[in-house]
Amino acid sequence: MRIETIFEMTSPCRDNFRIKGYRFGEGKKTLAIVGAMRGDEVQQQYICSQLVSRLMLIEQRGGIAKDKSILVIPSCNPFSMNVGHRFWAMDNTDINRMFPGYDQGETTQRIAAAIFSALNGYQYGIQLASYYVPGDFIPHVRMLKTGYEDLETARLFGMKYVTTCKARPFDTTLLNYNWQLWSTKAFSVYAGKTNQIDVNSSSETLDAIFRMMKRTGIINYGSLGAAYESIVIDESSLVHIKARHAGIFCRLVDAGSRVSPGQSLAHIIDPYNGQILNDIKATAEGTVFFAHHRPVVFQNALLFMID
Amino acid sequence: MIKTIVSTELPIDEQFRIRKNVIQHGPKDGLRFCVVTGTHGDELEGQMVCYELARIVNEHIDALNGTIEIYPSLNPLGIDTIQRGIPNFDLDMNRIFPGDPQGTMAEQTAHAIIEDIKGADMVIDIHSSNLFLRETPQVRINVQDAEWLVPFAERLGMDFVWVHDAATVLEATLAHSLNSTGTPCLVVEMGVGQRINHKMCRRLVTGIFHLMHTMGMWHEEVETTLPQPIVCKGDSVTFLNAETSGIFLTELKCGINVSKGQTIGQIVDPLRGRILSMVSSPVDGYLFTIRAYPIVYEGSLMARIVNTEES
Repeated sequence: MRIETIFEMTSPCRDNFRIKGYRFGEGKKTLAIVGAMRGDEVQQQYICSQLVSRLMLIEQRGGIAKDKSILVIPSCNPFSMNVGHRFWAMDNTDINRMFPGYDQGETTQRIAAAIFSALNGYQYGIQLASYYVPGDFIPHVRMLKTGYEDLETARLFGMKYVTTCKARPFDTTLLNYNWQLWSTKAFSVYAGKTNQIDVNSSSETLDAIFRMMKRTGIINYGSLGAAYESIVIDESSLVHIKARHAGIFCRLVDAGSRVSPGQSLAHIIDPYNGQILNDIKATAEGTVFFAHHRPVVFQNALLFMID
Repeated sequence: MIKTIVSTELPIDEQFRIRKNVIQHGPKDGLRFCVVTGTHGDELEGQMVCYELARIVNEHIDALNGTIEIYPSLNPLGIDTIQRGIPNFDLDMNRIFPGDPQGTMAEQTAHAIIEDIKGADMVIDIHSSNLFLRETPQVRINVQDAEWLVPFAERLGMDFVWVHDAATVLEATLAHSLNSTGTPCLVVEMGVGQRINHKMCRRLVTGIFHLMHTMGMWHEEVETTLPQPIVCKGDSVTFLNAETSGIFLTELKCGINVSKGQTIGQIVDPLRGRILSMVSSPVDGYLFTIRAYPIVYEGSLMARIVNTEES
């Protein structure tokens, strides 16, 4: 393993800002993995730390295939995590919406450019990502539709779901989108949680990443573990269930629950008198793919997505 | 007449509303002129412009020939919480248009706003830069819409019109969403975030009445000797980004001519008492943006200068 500094920048009054990369194996640029891009992606940071730990062991035992190299960047934004901000603390810009970056541009454009320079040219790319809507997901692999998405490799993770979605204008500056356009087979892996560590979903995600690495011949060490036969869905096919009223949100089912038509999924409670304002029921049989998790909700807020 | 275009329950005994003031005089099927602002909650210049427009039109209602619709707060929760964006929502509101009736609350709101505005004969979308930069009054137009919109922009009496390059991500702005469906929308930028520059606001109010006058919507006497703006293309604008992190000090205000080699400012290290970087103009030009917030990181924008020799 070699540790290198991908990007370093002085700060007006803090320590230097540094992005560190961990390299394993030698040879072709085969797999790059990116962890926390935002300051609240603690689950993603944790998973990356475990990845580095396990890869160190695998490398020591000669388990990385010949002529294949791996780069892991556990954090692209340590400054924001250290002060509890999701985005770049100075101007609230999102590094993950600055790709492919611009090395003569604004600060977060420069950070993105340095990250992209380090990540460019890899055959496979994995980003441990979080979503802009607050809630819990079934761990899954997600790809923006660019015409270059690789569904077959996405299935090799052995996660329950592989999802695809149409890229909207505001998605065109994401790492996943630009990675694909620059010929890397890019996968965003959603590990269920963001700002808290969930050991079960972390383990599931780690197993999935190592499974993909073994099935693609990047490593030859360790067992595949129990895998799912992934189903591929377009996110537009998910049934969206919204709040008819605002209030206190009492969730009755979790992401991953199997539900039947008419089953209560949550109650929205009047915050003053405790009366149930909205008994939210499943409209179809299926699996809860996404579940909102904030304790209060707005009217018309997206509460559940059901497959 | 005050109309509510979006009304949604908030969790605890409050209604989220986006409202507009519709002032009509003359034929009901006459021209419709919309003034919108407050998409970014830290940009406040539009508040004074809306107030002045509503006040003056109400006081001179007979001069109005058509309908003026004033939307002071497209992001009322952002304005109230001194946030640029919508509280508890990751995306910039001006990157989610035309919205989605099936999407998040913010996307539903964006959709309702577009549906309400579209079809207007003119829309002025007022922005005020952000906390970090101070801007001279200007109109920004996507190069794809330049031929159509620059003649309108020239009648607003701003310092200059910046015809900027197209970018996919900008297709999700309010202005692009309206322009792409045939509703003309001019984006005005001026001032600095979280503050109101009265002089600039009055200039824009004068310019809006001048534009309405040329459209046959305003019959009061208007200022006819408005300054003719510099119209510039994107590639004639020079960006000065910080070479190093530190404290940016400048004596300059925006809206002045600068010469090649002239000092714009300096980046200093307050701990060691050293100058880290001198910032000077690489061109003869017009300084239309200057940094207002002194803390800079590498890459922070400090100034923008349009090269007047090329324009």
